[in-house]
Amino acid sequence: MTQTMSGIAASNGIAIAKAFRLENPELNVDKRTISDAGSELERLNSALEKSISELEAIQKKTAEQISEKEAAIFGAHLLVLSDPELVGPITEKINTENVNAEFALQETTDMFISMFEAMDNEYMKERAADIRDVRKRVLAHLLGVTIQSPSMISDEVIIIAEDLTPSDTVQLDAQFVKGFITDIGGRTSHSAILARTLEIPAVVGAKTAMADIQNGIIVIVDGLDGTILIDPDDSAIEEYKQKQTAYDQQKAEWAVLKNEASVSADGHAVEIGANIGTPKDIAGVVDNGGEAIGLYRTEFLYMGRDQFPTEDEQVEAYAAVLKGMQGKPTVVRTLDIGGDKELSYLDLPKELNPFLGLRAIRLCLEMPDMFRTQLRALLRASVHGNLKIMFPMIATLDEFRQAKALLLEEKAKLQSEGVEVSDSIEVGIMVEIPSTAVMADTFAKEVDFFSIGTNDLIQYTMAADRMNESVSYLYQPFNPAILRMVKMVIDASHREGKWTGMCGEMAGDEIAIPILLGLGLDEFSMSASSILKARSQISKLSKAEMADHTDRILALSNSQEVEDYVKNLVNK
Amino acid sequence: MVEKQFTITDEAGMHARPASALVGAVSKFKSDITIEHNGKKVNLKSILGVMSLGVPSGSVVTIAADGEDENEAIEKAADVMQTEGISTQ
Repeated sequence: MTQTMSGIAASNGIAIAKAFRLENPELNVDKRTISDAGSELERLNSALEKSISELEAIQKKTAEQISEKEAAIFGAHLLVLSDPELVGPITEKINTENVNAEFALQETTDMFISMFEAMDNEYMKERAADIRDVRKRVLAHLLGVTIQSPSMISDEVIIIAEDLTPSDTVQLDAQFVKGFITDIGGRTSHSAILARTLEIPAVVGAKTAMADIQNGIIVIVDGLDGTILIDPDDSAIEEYKQKQTAYDQQKAEWAVLKNEASVSADGHAVEIGANIGTPKDIAGVVDNGGEAIGLYRTEFLYMGRDQFPTEDEQVEAYAAVLKGMQGKPTVVRTLDIGGDKELSYLDLPKELNPFLGLRAIRLCLEMPDMFRTQLRALLRASVHGNLKIMFPMIATLDEFRQAKALLLEEKAKLQSEGVEVSDSIEVGIMVEIPSTAVMADTFAKEVDFFSIGTNDLIQYTMAADRMNESVSYLYQPFNPAILRMVKMVIDASHREGKWTGMCGEMAGDEIAIPILLGLGLDEFSMSASSILKARSQISKLSKAEMADHTDRILALSNSQEVEDYVKNLVNK
Repeated sequence: MVEKQFTITDEAGMHARPASALVGAVSKFKSDITIEHNGKKVNLKSILGVMSLGVPSGSVVTIAADGEDENEAIEKAADVMQTEGISTQ
């Protein structure tokens, strides 16, 4: 009978195969009193040496077959084996307490393991697993026990384990290992990260897999939602085979689109970009075929620290993003802090209505020194790519003019200092306040582009705090009031030969995309993982046909009618 | 004795890869080398020691070397921090 279990979805895809339990051998450590410390130290050193040569082989294999980056962790393991703070105390215990090497190793590593496990940081907690992995290897040599290795598997299986050590994971051969389930671990554990690199479906943190799953029994791993089916019946197997096929087809379809332009069925090209928070996110953007960065939120650079980032630190971050995008358009939003986003080192007075208060550009204009530092950093980084600067929360033309004047002043200063600055930086604004949407025609004469921030635009247009549950029904992206404003902004920009993007949640929404395409939106910016799906959707839509419907859509009376209309249109 | 301060700029803080590079690079020096963060000082030749500091992004660390090759050791440490891109001085 089918039994179901669930864990954390760690790596996408579906696998159906026999269970293979990767048992941890009993590495029982007894405390013994030894008489000859010298020969005990020799045993220790010999076990350390054997472990070192094994790890060097694994490191080499990983570097060749996976990547240098994945191999780096074994460099750290090798350092642990020769760590003076580890080997020193073990040696001393053997010498002074006359205990056996196994016990000395166990006690010393236990101390480090509990130290790491107690740390208030997910990444550091995971490092305890690295120490366990290293210890297990040395203990096995000391005890003369052979550890089961995934490299011995020669049958199509799903591995079931308490946990997979980093060294287990690199020995997984994707030809035979169709998926894995572990009882412990999270999305950031080594095994989860590697499973995604190797594209092996995986569920981690299943808690009772080792207790409930027998060797050889058929198991289904759904790495898309974390479901595990044990001993599934025929209909369940059939259902998941279909899900697997659908997923594979979709993946293949999206993979083809990765290096393609975003073009509608009738040949209208748009740009699909990504919203990012740190330079680290660039890898995901490139992997998903992003054509631009539509929104780089610079506030993360200012958060989680105890002082402002220096100009040089900022240059480094901005340059990293620009270089990473290799000349593709990169819209950097200047600091959007205040409101619900606070900085510990910036003591701002508490406000009754923080969302209507001193935030974003208002704060930057109030604190010009802080703002100038960011602008200088952006200008200095501009030579590394295709930079576009965007000011958030602009409510009046005067605010934009002030901000731009500061930018031009800093540019002139830098140039007089002999610093090279790009001459083709576009300067635009976020449209998230209704006054700006209404005045878009006037703004369009002075700005280079607009980017519509839908979350705030909806909140301010509907006068509904988006943090307040009791008015959450007013968060209506499809309310014709919002759509009419979006149209005003797009049309105003086009009349002046400028462009409009959208960087809110809405840009990646499958109901919104047909409407936005019809309205002539030029750039769609979303989370990187939505890009290929959106590109696929746009490739099947006709822009001209959608444009024919926009007048009717904008004349509808409420959000629900718009949603129904579009659903009906798309499903035809 | 010589010492030098560094600000960790890598967003992940002092994680395993740069820590390994740093420990590997300074281990060959004869001098005693330490790294201090938040009042806690550990042996910079110990990967477990360095990782146990749990140095987060944005914090300041002090590296000190004491011995015959102390200047070269500090220089090497600074060099590695730069090439690994985890800090500014």
